[in-house]
Amino acid sequence: MKDLFVILLAAMLTDNFVLSKFMGICPFLGVSKKLDSATGMGIAVTFVMICATAVTYPIHHGILVPNGLEYFDTVVFILVIALFVQLVETMLKKCIPSLYSSLGVYLPLITTNCAVLGVTVLNIDNNYSFIQAIVNSVGAGLGFMLALVIFSGVRKKMEYADIPKAFKGVPATLIAASIVSVSFMGFSGLFS
Amino acid sequence: MAEKKSLLSEITKGLIKENPTLVMLLGMCPTLAVTTQAKNGIGMGLATTFVLLGSNIVISALRRIIPDKVRIPAFIVIIASFVTFVGFILEGFVPDLYDSLGIYLTLITVNCIIFGRAEMFASKNGIAASACDAIGMGLGFTLALFLMGSVREIIGAGQWMGMNIPVLHENPMLLFIMPAGGFFTLGVIIAAVNKIADKKPPQELGCHGCPNASACAQAGKGGCE
Repeated sequence: MKDLFVILLAAMLTDNFVLSKFMGICPFLGVSKKLDSATGMGIAVTFVMICATAVTYPIHHGILVPNGLEYFDTVVFILVIALFVQLVETMLKKCIPSLYSSLGVYLPLITTNCAVLGVTVLNIDNNYSFIQAIVNSVGAGLGFMLALVIFSGVRKKMEYADIPKAFKGVPATLIAASIVSVSFMGFSGLFS
Repeated sequence: MAEKKSLLSEITKGLIKENPTLVMLLGMCPTLAVTTQAKNGIGMGLATTFVLLGSNIVISALRRIIPDKVRIPAFIVIIASFVTFVGFILEGFVPDLYDSLGIYLTLITVNCIIFGRAEMFASKNGIAASACDAIGMGLGFTLALFLMGSVREIIGAGQWMGMNIPVLHENPMLLFIMPAGGFFTLGVIIAAVNKIADKKPPQELGCHGCPNASACAQAGKGGCE
């Protein structure tokens, strides 16, 4: 139980996917302008991460490893994620239209989000058990959402700042991200 | 003659004018993640160039066969196959580099530069032009990673390609090889490019090259317009 908690907090805070592993930078910079879109994207990514792990983990250990095909991981995982995202989108559209209208638009973005492929591969690389893998995905997803939500607040303030011309836009956003990343370094002594 | 000249321009445009990382702002994740050392930057850049070259050639050759509706899964499979292949080669011949790139090698699969070039260029142009485009874009990416890696390694570790730099080596600014330094360095380099090029700075990420641009615009409400 204790190690599960450590995995959860580590994935969320100390090894935050966006701010210390640099995965999912595109949505982090692209969809963090407003709080509601940041929250929506965060929830959608968390959901897909958990489901992708739940699907790819059995495939890796049940099909690929017994047949000595571990090197197909990348190809199989990315295809499974792409198919899965499509499936979820179609199902949400049919069954829960209200949820689809709030989350559905983010789903196609997630297929090529490196954080999702990253978390499934890391779960395998770290030799986690199934439960640990799921907990790690939950932590990674929540960490992603936390970073996006915090950063949307920072960007709102930045809109009113008087920034030199060359720094306007992406450079200023990156430097703000750097400062948010420094604040997350404060968590690094949490587990030792 | 004209043919030759245009092929050459396909190569050179990727280096500076349409540099994928610094001007078009694609492929940010590997740019930030592996550039703690100049050496890793070059390794990552060359690995990506190879995948880009392979996938551009194959996608361009198959561009009339792949149906439009399933093109994204088809592209993904082609790209992922090349990534697996590069992974084997690096693991066999340069295990040091393989270890230091780690998971980011696998993540070349979802690098938007490769996807973007497949979508924007290879699926519309001939094989020779696509190959030249891949080489130019790949080398431009490598150049950007090398620049990032050099800055971070010199300031953050006081070393450059294994050589110690006097003064800086005794008092390195560790922050620069930490994640925060990555964001900071990239921001400053892009700002410098803006200043030198004296162009209108890009307000958003390089969405035109992203296969998700339309979905993102829908979702964005402030995302990619």
